Amino acid sequence: MKANEKAKRVDRVMTWIFVAVAGFFILLLIAFALLVIGRGIAGFEPYMLSFTRDGIGNQLFNTVYLVVLALLFSVPLGIATGVYLAEYAKPGKVTHFLSICIETLSSLPSIVVGLFGYLVFIVMVGAQWNLVSGALAVSILNLPLIATTTKDAMESMPKGYRMGSMGLGATHWQTIRRVLLPACMPRILTGIILAAGRVFGEAAALLYTAGMSTDINWSNWDITSPTCPLNPFRPGETLALHIWASRTEAIRPDAAQIANFSSAVLLILVFAFSIGARVLGRRMERKLAGGK
Amino acid sequence: MMKKALVLGLAGAMLLGATGVVNAEEELSGSITGSGSSALLPLAQDAADAFKELHPDVSITLNGGGSGTGLNQVSNGSVDIGNSDVEAETKLEEDAAAELVDHRVCVVTMAAVVNKEVGESVTSLTKDQLIGIFTGEITNWTEVGGPDEDIVLITRPQTSGTRALFQEYALDGNEELSGGSLETDDSGTLLQSVADNPGAIGYVALPYLLNNDSVTAVAIDGVEPTLENTYNGTYPVWGYEHMYTKGEPSEVVQAYIDFIMSDEYGARIEEQGYGVTSKMTVER
Amino acid sequence: MKEKSLFWKEHFWHGLISCCGLFVIVLTLAIGAFLVYKGSGTFTTYGHSIFEFLFSSDWSPVDSSKGGGSVGAAIFIVGSVSTCGLALLIATPFSLAAAIFMSEISPKLGTRFFRPAVELFVGIPSVIYGWVGLTTLVPAIRDLFDLNVGYSVLAAGIVLAIMIFPTITSVVTDAIKSVPNDYRKAAYGLGATRWQVIYQIVMPAAKPGVFTGIIMGLARAFGEALAVAMVIGRMRAFPTSILSPTTNLTAAIASDMGGSMDGGEYNTALWTMALLLFLISLLFIFIIHRIVGKGGVEKNESK
Repeated sequence: MKANEKAKRVDRVMTWIFVAVAGFFILLLIAFALLVIGRGIAGFEPYMLSFTRDGIGNQLFNTVYLVVLALLFSVPLGIATGVYLAEYAKPGKVTHFLSICIETLSSLPSIVVGLFGYLVFIVMVGAQWNLVSGALAVSILNLPLIATTTKDAMESMPKGYRMGSMGLGATHWQTIRRVLLPACMPRILTGIILAAGRVFGEAAALLYTAGMSTDINWSNWDITSPTCPLNPFRPGETLALHIWASRTEAIRPDAAQIANFSSAVLLILVFAFSIGARVLGRRMERKLAGGK
Repeated sequence: MMKKALVLGLAGAMLLGATGVVNAEEELSGSITGSGSSALLPLAQDAADAFKELHPDVSITLNGGGSGTGLNQVSNGSVDIGNSDVEAETKLEEDAAAELVDHRVCVVTMAAVVNKEVGESVTSLTKDQLIGIFTGEITNWTEVGGPDEDIVLITRPQTSGTRALFQEYALDGNEELSGGSLETDDSGTLLQSVADNPGAIGYVALPYLLNNDSVTAVAIDGVEPTLENTYNGTYPVWGYEHMYTKGEPSEVVQAYIDFIMSDEYGARIEEQGYGVTSKMTVER
Repeated sequence: MKEKSLFWKEHFWHGLISCCGLFVIVLTLAIGAFLVYKGSGTFTTYGHSIFEFLFSSDWSPVDSSKGGGSVGAAIFIVGSVSTCGLALLIATPFSLAAAIFMSEISPKLGTRFFRPAVELFVGIPSVIYGWVGLTTLVPAIRDLFDLNVGYSVLAAGIVLAIMIFPTITSVVTDAIKSVPNDYRKAAYGLGATRWQVIYQIVMPAAKPGVFTGIIMGLARAFGEALAVAMVIGRMRAFPTSILSPTTNLTAAIASDMGGSMDGGEYNTALWTMALLLFLISLLFIFIIHRIVGKGGVEKNESK
């Protein structure tokens, strides 16, 4: 009986340790978030939101714009790759190799991707820093996430979907297009939003591709003009890069406050995106289940 | 579209040359990208702001990164203007440097800066002391009459022009201690590090000290790092700031560089702590 | 035109999708090939030995294509290894405990609150970690240990640890969850306490997943550039203790790549570092495959 008593005591102690560690870390994370947001608010001045060089409005716009551009590349390619892996690929060396490739891409250090992007999209093309190059570099980084989500979602579909559709005479592609993809949409969408969230924070890959400065004119809507906000071939600094760069602008007395505020905005943006992804995914899943 | 604007702008410039009508320049549009020397960046940025007031359609994007970055990028065509503290020949291959056109826009003075705590007692260092400190022979501030504090070297990477100038004229060409210093990407970070760390010493260009009293500038052999002392040749650590273009610059780039070197902008140059080239009594 | 031909109904799309799959392979190979092409110059063009690059600490490459400098990157490698090692040392126990808490001790709180919170933190941009580290952690370490500078291996290790904690935790939680419930029931039936079940049954069964999580965390830490560069101090010397500043591979690439001359010895040596990072991430993937391939708990069993 004594061993049993001891075991019980150990059990109690270990339980408390786990609770304490888990509690500690969750507190640490919350404290971290509060610190970032709190400091951002503490140093906030209205001009920081302006769309001039003093504010971060332009950077915010660049960030969102870059995310959109990056998704334009990575979403079609990522979904297609996922579909290929889940539906068309025959088990064999090539397929195995493809999944290793995707894993490799997903674990590439982002600075390495940035260098590759600099070499290929800037130096070899003979271009100057621009948003498209940045977007291409970043889409290499979030391509694997979209591809794996799509593949996992497809593979988790009940066999009956496929059989039913093909039994009705649909081709494989029609089955994918009309039955499987719509059914997978909630999960794929969640994946895409999560991927977008990662683009928000990416900095190392953009260092040598998208450039670190912005000069745009909000009254200029001629898309070929380098000062037009929507011109994708202009340089554009994102929020994350702005934080990195603001250490360097010590000549400005408010650099630290700007960086604090940028961090807070970026954090809120990322949080909003991943919470949004979760809520949206759940809602769509419920809707789909209800509609059956 | 852009071509048309360029042609128009060109025509405008010709008109200006012919008739001297200033307003004809309003047609100017296009983009200018520049990168490089973080010592020149503040001036380039300020000039860009002023230039844009005259020509709102021109887009100017400027980055730091160090003189090496600027020379490299202008040489491979990824920027229009490469800003550098040093001659292109010292960084690039001969044939690459030969393609570049030099525009000496101003003079910049480099100063050694120390943490405030040290600056209370150490206001001037001899060249030998400076060399001793940066080569790692002197490791405590007491050896040069300062507080009992270990010396923390804060430097710029090998690719920096500020470092090259400082090494040549303040350290008489002596190599900095490698592996004993904290490297920082740019002058802004360097200042922050010197201000944050007791016992720290580093070097920056004078303009960075203009609105910054978080560090103390140190005199060399008793000569304060000021513009006057640079003009009259007593303070040794200075250099020309170069704006390099690959071949002859495009019209809009030329206009921007001309603007910086114009007399009306000259006053702003000194306000920001840079020296006007024409006022130098010594030459290099 | 209502009835499309079989080509449009199937073959075209089949082909297109396959091309996309193929493109990803080509892309990955292209990245690898570029890195090898740019990075091998250190050994071919400039004639340095791999041994020198990996084990010498004499780093003074010449910033031109003349060559003749030395390219010992040992300090950078040691810097990377020591910061990542420290990060793992800090993060792993916490991650394991948190994962066990989430899946075994309080699954309800875990799935409802803890898990989403942890996943939320996977997405926090690393520059924010770096910025907070620079402005909060570095001064704190300096004052706490009465140092001249707060930039240190410790600061980098802590920043990285906080960064990889969510990654490890979520992978390990998945691994623990995929241990079949029958295992637990059988053990409880024999009168085991919860700790005994966790320690002797669940954790051994989840081992491959646990290692996968740790290695994924390590991979993320290894490749992180800017956050580390902000707090490590970038002093080119071997760290003498965890309180001394040093430098690492990614920080060197991030700061010097732009400033060094294209194709010069310095530049090429930096590309070799990038190649090294690429090879290391390949190695991590290989290890994960070995661990998972060796068996252990299959993912599908829990479904």
